[in-house]
Amino acid sequence: MAYVAIRGGADAIKGAARLMDVLRAMGDAAPLELDQIERQMPLLHSRVLSEGSLYHPRLASLALKQSLGDSLEAAFFLRAYRSTKPRLGETAPHDTRNMRVIRRVSAAFKDIPGGQMLGATPDYLHRLFRFELMDEGAERFDEIARDWLGNRAASDTPLTFPKVLDTLRDEGLLAPLDDSDEEPFDITRAPLIFPVPRSAQLATMARGETGGLLALAYSNMRGYGDVHPTVGELRVGYVPVMVPHPVTGKPMEAGEVLMTECEIVAMFEKSDDGAPVFTLGYGACFGHNEVKAIAMSVLDRAISVAKEKGRIANPSEDPEFVLLHVDGIESMGFCTHYKMPHYVTFQSDMDRLRAAQGKAEEAGNAPR
Amino acid sequence: MHPADTMGQTREGAQYGFAFLDEDAKRELRRSIFKAVCIPGNQVPYASREMPIARGFGTGGMQVTLALLGPDDTCKVIDQGADDSVNAANIRNFFALTCPGVTGTLRTEEASVIQTRHRIPELPLRADQILVFQVPYPDPLVVVEPNAAKRRRMHGRADYARLWVKLYEDMVAFDEITISHRYPTRINGHYIIDPSPIPRFDVPKLHQADCLYLFGAGREKRIYAVPPHTDAVPITFTDVPFAVESFRDKTTGKRHTCRRCGADDSFLDEFLDDDGARIFQCSDAAWCDMRLERLEAAE
Repeated sequence: MAYVAIRGGADAIKGAARLMDVLRAMGDAAPLELDQIERQMPLLHSRVLSEGSLYHPRLASLALKQSLGDSLEAAFFLRAYRSTKPRLGETAPHDTRNMRVIRRVSAAFKDIPGGQMLGATPDYLHRLFRFELMDEGAERFDEIARDWLGNRAASDTPLTFPKVLDTLRDEGLLAPLDDSDEEPFDITRAPLIFPVPRSAQLATMARGETGGLLALAYSNMRGYGDVHPTVGELRVGYVPVMVPHPVTGKPMEAGEVLMTECEIVAMFEKSDDGAPVFTLGYGACFGHNEVKAIAMSVLDRAISVAKEKGRIANPSEDPEFVLLHVDGIESMGFCTHYKMPHYVTFQSDMDRLRAAQGKAEEAGNAPR
Repeated sequence: MHPADTMGQTREGAQYGFAFLDEDAKRELRRSIFKAVCIPGNQVPYASREMPIARGFGTGGMQVTLALLGPDDTCKVIDQGADDSVNAANIRNFFALTCPGVTGTLRTEEASVIQTRHRIPELPLRADQILVFQVPYPDPLVVVEPNAAKRRRMHGRADYARLWVKLYEDMVAFDEITISHRYPTRINGHYIIDPSPIPRFDVPKLHQADCLYLFGAGREKRIYAVPPHTDAVPITFTDVPFAVESFRDKTTGKRHTCRRCGADDSFLDEFLDDDGARIFQCSDAAWCDMRLERLEAAE
């Protein structure tokens, strides 16, 4: 569209865009490189990947740089970019048993087949400042890498691990997996009209905002709900992505995605054949984000409980309440929009108030 | 041009296709629009895409507009009635960037597609013009029922009893219906719509108009329409007539007028000047300019 020159608003937003750039460039610090963001802030980077729901590590870094480090805004960049891309096809379900695991733990068992593997986690760190990091050079990074890799053979650790829950299933403590051939609901191509299938529920939460999911799941954990989860297995690693070959249709590996997966085991319920079994909640997302995966698995279970019982007792069990409010792009956008001009509607509000005040005055009980 | 002036704009714009969205998305939008026109007032769900501006800033209206625009269209964007409001300017820039060939205009009569937030232009629109509304809340029942599944059922049954009760409760408490903007309006005798946050003043313009009105709610993922020559009736009681904003001066009893063009029949913005004096001015900037031009020409 040809540019129409107007004053006022147009100039102001141009100025605001420039100031955002100035904010980034002021001072003596060197410009951030995309690699630095991906390598040194991988957990922030992970949040953006999963909430943006587009696995593009390099663009996620660019998004963080452009949004001055705001994770909501950065995820938004990826989402908006997604709108310009057609959907080319579907993959078959992926088996996370094939995950090249970098971390996996189970809270349900002391020891698990393949062993507990802590990997990189802040869980048991003392949150005490290491003041020496305030000033570290590149040679220090080399030293850290040399120390770690120097005394380790590459073959020390297995690449894949069996799933903890398979053991429970074999023992009949957990219901066997449904081999569902139901077509998954694509939340990017159809709006949520309630009730929605579980695939829509999982997909919505997989790209939900971490803080939003956490707040709702926490309400359930604290007592507005009764999931009482045990982490059956939490694993983080790289899953090979198999896409159908455009000509032969045979699955071929197109790359791998880093993801976090959590399976929680919850209170037992009567199964279809009458015998009680444990129930399951599932959470998974792009990147390394354990809080998100756990919160999602609790909410998945909470919603499923209410569905099975046909009764919603708490907000975290209500699919509408949870699924329509956990998307960061939508909630952040709508919250932000209140800053826009609303003077026409406010004018209208004043008219109504004045009319009501007039009526009250006529009736002789004017507000003081 | 300063490099930051192109931030998220011209340089990247060149890498996107016409009207930003992929073709499948535009086709889906057009189908939803057709359905909305065929069933006046019915909220048609669609897979709303993320736009590069935030939810709440008009992403629903933008998607409808982007699906409508072709290179031979002329487009106008207003917010609060004004073309130079920050949000209108921002959306216009986005269209300029992603829709090469489309002509931009500030004049209501020149536009084939007008995207608006919170106002309907004062100049009556013609049959060859489309007005696209940005909609924050597509469902008028949300004030009485938070559950979307229940609301859908209520619309299907034309069960609006609780809305009527809300109006009645207003009368009991205030002797006035307190709904100021987003006034529930019955379309073609069945569905009640939320006409978007337009003031009461604009609601009568929906009734039996020559133009097509399209409503796009991006965050809530709904499209609906008031087609040309369709009944649009704000709901009220037979003994409580629907009233628009009066702009009456409480002391003189007279209607305020626009300080620029002198209009005494337009929707006015009320604000304070630097000395604290109250000022009234047309909210529709194009209307005000047109009247001034005519007055100058007459002199």
